[in-house]
Amino acid sequence: MLRQLWTALRTGIVTEPPARVSDLERVGERLAAEITRAFGRSLHIRQVDAGSPNCCEIEIGGLTGPHYDLERFGLHFVASPRHADCLLVTGPVTRNMAEPLRRTWEATPDPKLVIAVGDCGRDGGLFRGSYAVAGGVADVIPVDAVIPGCPPSPAALLAGLLDAIRRRR
Amino acid sequence: MIAAIAVAVAQVIVVGAGAPLLVGVLRTLKARLVGRRGPSPWQPYADLRKLLAKEVVVSTTTSWIFRATPYVLAATMLVASLIVPVFLARPPLAFPGDVILLMYLFLLGTFFLALAGLDAGSAFGGMGSSREVAVAALAEPTIIVAVFALAMRAETIDLARVVERFSREPLLAANPAHLLAFAAFFIVMLAETGRLPVDNPATHLELTMIHEAMVLEYSGRYLALVEWASAMKLCLFMTLLANLFFPWGAGGLTGPAAIPLGVLVLAGKLVLLVIALAVLETTVAKLRLFRVPELLAGSFALAILSVMAVVLV
Amino acid sequence: MARLAYGLAALVAVGAAALGLHGMFGGAFTLQIGWLVPLGGLQLTLDPLAGFFLLVIAVGVAPASVYAIGSAGGARRGLGAYLVFVVSMCLVPLAANMMTFAIAWELMSLASYLLVLHERESRESLRAGWVYAVMTHAGLACLLAGMMLLGAWTGSSEFADWRAAAPGLGGGARSVAFVLLALGFAGKAGVIPLHVWLPLAHPAAPSHVSALMSGVMIKLGVYGLLRASFDWLGAGPPWWGVAVLIVGAVSSVIGVLYALVEHDLKKLLAFHSIENIGIILIGIGAGLLYQGAGLEALALLGVVAALYHTLNHAAFKALLFLGAGAVVHATGTRNIEEMGGLIKRMPWTAACFLVGSAAISALPPLNGFVSEWLTFLALLQNTHLARPSLSLAFALGIAGLALTGGLAMACFVKAFGITFLALPRSEAAARAHEAPPAMRIAMVLLAVTCAALGLGPTWVVPALATVAGALLGDTPPVAFGDWLTLRVSEGFATGSALAIAAALGVALVALPLGLRVAGASRRRRAYETWGCGRIGQTARMEYTATAFANPFKRVFDFLYRPTKKLDIDFHPESRFFVERIEYENPTRSIFDDWLYRPVLDGLSGVARAARAIQSGSANLYLAYILAVLLIMLVLA
Repeated sequence: MLRQLWTALRTGIVTEPPARVSDLERVGERLAAEITRAFGRSLHIRQVDAGSPNCCEIEIGGLTGPHYDLERFGLHFVASPRHADCLLVTGPVTRNMAEPLRRTWEATPDPKLVIAVGDCGRDGGLFRGSYAVAGGVADVIPVDAVIPGCPPSPAALLAGLLDAIRRRR
Repeated sequence: MIAAIAVAVAQVIVVGAGAPLLVGVLRTLKARLVGRRGPSPWQPYADLRKLLAKEVVVSTTTSWIFRATPYVLAATMLVASLIVPVFLARPPLAFPGDVILLMYLFLLGTFFLALAGLDAGSAFGGMGSSREVAVAALAEPTIIVAVFALAMRAETIDLARVVERFSREPLLAANPAHLLAFAAFFIVMLAETGRLPVDNPATHLELTMIHEAMVLEYSGRYLALVEWASAMKLCLFMTLLANLFFPWGAGGLTGPAAIPLGVLVLAGKLVLLVIALAVLETTVAKLRLFRVPELLAGSFALAILSVMAVVLV
Repeated sequence: MARLAYGLAALVAVGAAALGLHGMFGGAFTLQIGWLVPLGGLQLTLDPLAGFFLLVIAVGVAPASVYAIGSAGGARRGLGAYLVFVVSMCLVPLAANMMTFAIAWELMSLASYLLVLHERESRESLRAGWVYAVMTHAGLACLLAGMMLLGAWTGSSEFADWRAAAPGLGGGARSVAFVLLALGFAGKAGVIPLHVWLPLAHPAAPSHVSALMSGVMIKLGVYGLLRASFDWLGAGPPWWGVAVLIVGAVSSVIGVLYALVEHDLKKLLAFHSIENIGIILIGIGAGLLYQGAGLEALALLGVVAALYHTLNHAAFKALLFLGAGAVVHATGTRNIEEMGGLIKRMPWTAACFLVGSAAISALPPLNGFVSEWLTFLALLQNTHLARPSLSLAFALGIAGLALTGGLAMACFVKAFGITFLALPRSEAAARAHEAPPAMRIAMVLLAVTCAALGLGPTWVVPALATVAGALLGDTPPVAFGDWLTLRVSEGFATGSALAIAAALGVALVALPLGLRVAGASRRRRAYETWGCGRIGQTARMEYTATAFANPFKRVFDFLYRPTKKLDIDFHPESRFFVERIEYENPTRSIFDDWLYRPVLDGLSGVARAARAIQSGSANLYLAYILAVLLIMLVLA
C-alpha cells in the first residue's frame, strides 16, 4: 500500500492539455440554446455499444485515464441512461441492437445529446450494407453530432465532445 | 432561545450546503493521487444544478414509494444534521438527540431507499437493496457499542454533551478505548457511506454495486436529492468522527463569533479525514462482497475491545 | 349472528380498557365468589399491573374483533371459542389465587387450541395444534408445580399471601420456584428454546386469532414473569436477572434470524414475535439486575421500557397480522414468493402494513423506536452496577439489541417489498382486491394507535412509571421531563419524539417547495424500468425473497446450516441446453435437530422400555397388585 502511494506521489500529474484540432460532421440541428445553458459544466455520458468491434471502446476507455482525463471538464461516465445527458454510441447498429438502442434512448431523460462515434457510427463504416447491420446510429435514433475516425483517437474524441458542447453555447 | 434556533438552522445550512463540497474535494484528491488533474472541487454543485433542470423518467412498475423516497432520504439527513454536533460551542438548549436516534434516522432513510430499489422490479435494484440492508444491519452493533464506550467515559449519551464533556476535560480521552473506538467507527463509516473497500461509488459493474444499484432508476430532481442525501451522510459521519473523537480546538467560545470559528475548525479536521480517506480509497482494492461481514466483525471486535478498555483501564 | 358475537367481543374489549385504565391510575377492587371454583374460590383483584395488561388485551382484541366482522363474515365456526378466549384472557391478569389463575390460563389455552385447529382438514393444521397442545401443557405442568410449591411453603393459595411470605422463604426455595414459574411463562411467551409451537400455531389460526395470539396471549407469559419475579418472589439474586437478560438477547437475535429466511408471511411474523418478546425480556432482565443492586430508578427504567414495548408490540404485531390476513384473503396464498404488486391493488392495506413495518423496525417517529430507545438506555447505564464482568455482558446485550434492530429492518424490507412492490408474481396476486371496509377500519385504527404511541411518549412513560413503581414497590417518584421532551435518568439522555416528527414534517414540506423555488424542472415521463435495453419486463426478472435473504444465509450459515437441492432437466439432444431448473435452498432448525429430536427420541425410548411392564398376562397384573399392597402395608 505504501509503495503504491509513493509511486503515485512521485509520478505526479500527467494530464495533457486537449488537442485544438477537430473535424466534425454535424448530423441534424435539433439542439436549442437552453440545453447548453442547462448543462453548464456538467455532462454525464452513457456509452452504448450498438454492435461495435470494441476498437472505439478502447479509445473511449483511454479518456478516463490520467493522460486525457475527461473529468477535469466536468464530463463523467455513468452507469445508467437515467443518469445520463449524453449517449455516446459506438459501432454500426446491428439488427439485434436496434431495439435496445432505441429503448436506451427513450430511457434517457430530456434534455439529451446523442453523439455517434467512429465511421461505424456515422453510416456503418466497414460493415456498411451487411445483412446484420441496420445502418448508422442516425438510422435508429436522432443524432446531434458525429466524431469520425476508425477509430478516433482519444484526443479527437475529447476534442469532438468538447466541441459538441461548446458549439451549443 | 433565539440563539438555539439560530445555531440549529446554521448547522443544517452548513451540512446541507457544505456536503457536496466535501465530496468534490474527495474526488479531486483521489484523482490527484492517481496522476490525473481531476474534476474541480465545486463539480458536485454543477452536477446537482444540472440534474434539477432535467426531466424525471419514472418506471410504470413503481408506486408512490419510489417517488417519495428521495424526499424522505433528504429529510432524514437534514433532521440528522440537527442532532450531530457540528459546531463545538453550543448553547445549552440544543436539539436533544443521541447516537441511537441518529442511527435509526439513518436506518429510516435506508429502509425507504431499499424499498425504492425493489419497487422498480429490476434485478439490479433488488440486489442492491438486499446487500445494502445486510451491510447496514451488520454495521449497527459496532456503532452503538463504540459510542457506548465513549458514553461510559462521559456519563451521558447525548451527543452534544459528550462532545462538551470531552472538550472540557481532555484527560478523559487518555484511554486506549478512544483510539479503538475511533478505528471501529472509521471502518463502519466506510460501510455505511459506501466507500472503498466496502463499495465503490464510481463503479459501472452492477454486480459489484451495493448503494449505486438502488439508485440506477432515479433521474432528474429525484437523483439530485438522492445524491445530495448521500453526500450529507458522508459529511455527517465524518463530522461525527471529527467532533466526537477529537472535540478540541474551538476553545469553548460562545457568542456570534463561535459559529464561523467552529466552521473553520471543523473544516480543518474534515480536510485531514478526507485526505486519509482518499489515500485509503486509492490504495486499497474493493473487498469481495461476502468478505465484508468479516471486515464488519473485525470492527465489532475493536468496539468490544474499546468497551473492555474503558472498564478495565 | 357472527357479527353480533364479534361486536360483543369488541365491547368486552372496550370495557376491559376502561377497567384497565382505572386500575392503572390507582383504582383497585377485589371480587370474591367462594363457591364458583374449588380450593379457594374465584378471586379477582385489580391492581396497576393487571390494569395495564387489560389495556394491552383491549388494544389487541377490539381491532381484531372489528376485523373479524369483515373477514369471518357469517361463519359460525370458532365463535364460541373466540369469546371464551377473549374472556379468559381478561381473567388471567385479574386472578388473585392459584385455582382462578390456573383455570383462566387453561381455558385460554384450550380456546386457542380449538381456534388453531380452524382448518381441521389440513395436515399442517393438525400438527400445529398437536405441538401447541403439548407445549402449552408442558408449560402448565411447570406452572402448577411452581405454584403448588409456593402454596405448600407459604400455606395459602392466595397471591397476596405469597407476596407477604416470600421474604421469609430461603434463597434456594425461591430460586426453585422462580425457575419453574419462569419456564412455564417463558414457554407461553415463546422464548427460545421453548418456541417451537409459535411458528406452527400462529400461521395455522385465522388472522384475527393470530393477531390475538401473537399480540396479546404471549404477553400474558410476560405478565406472569413480571408477577412471579417482582411481585411474588421479590428481588432475587443477580443470576435471575442475568439469565433473563441473556435468554432475552439470544431469543431476539435468533428469532429475527429465522424470520429473515422465512417466506411464509405469517410464519415470518410469528418469528418476529419471538424476537420482540426477547426485547421485552431484555428490559425485564435489566430491571431485575438493577433492583437486586438497589438501583431503584434504573430498575424502574428497565421495567418501563419492557412495559412500553409490550404495549407497542401488541399494537404493531396485531396490525401486521391483520394486514397479512387481508393479503392472504385477497391472494389465497401465504407464500410471499407468489405475491407482488399489491400496493396498487390494495393501497389501504399496503399503507397500514408499511406503518406496521416501520414501527416494528423501530424507525422514528413511530412507537417501536421509543421503546427500543428506552431499552437501550436501561442497558447503557450498567456502569452503575460497578461489576466489570457484567459490563461486558451488558455490552454484548447492547450489541445483540442493535443487531436485532438492523436485522428486523432488513426482514421487513423483504416482507413489504416482495409482497407489495413491483410486478405480481402470480395470477392470484394480479387479481387481488382491496380488503372489505371492516378490515380496513381495524387496520387504520391500529396504525393510528402506533403513531399516537410513538408521538406521545411524554404521556405514556409517566403512566407506565406508576405501574412499574407499584410493581417494584416503594420506589421514589422519578421525573421524566415535560410534555415535549423526555429526560431520562437526570439527563443521561434526552429525546423528543414530537420535535423529531415536527422536524421531519417540516423538512418533507420544505423540500418540494425548495425545489420549486430553485427552479427545478417539473416534467415527468413514464417509461419502462431500465433493464439494459432488454425487450420487455416480466415478473420472473424481479428479485425473489430467497435471493434477498441470501447474504444473511451466507453470513449466518452456522445457524441455518442450509442445504442445496439442484435439479436440472437437460434438453434430450444436448447437455448445453437446459429445459428446466429447480433450485431449493432450505434451512434446518438447530433446535429441532439438537434439542427436540433427542428429547423426543429419548422419551420414546423410555416409553418403549416401559412397555415391558404391560405383558398382557392377567396373572402378572395380579402379582403387581399383590406386591404393591404388601409394600403399602409395610410402609403404613
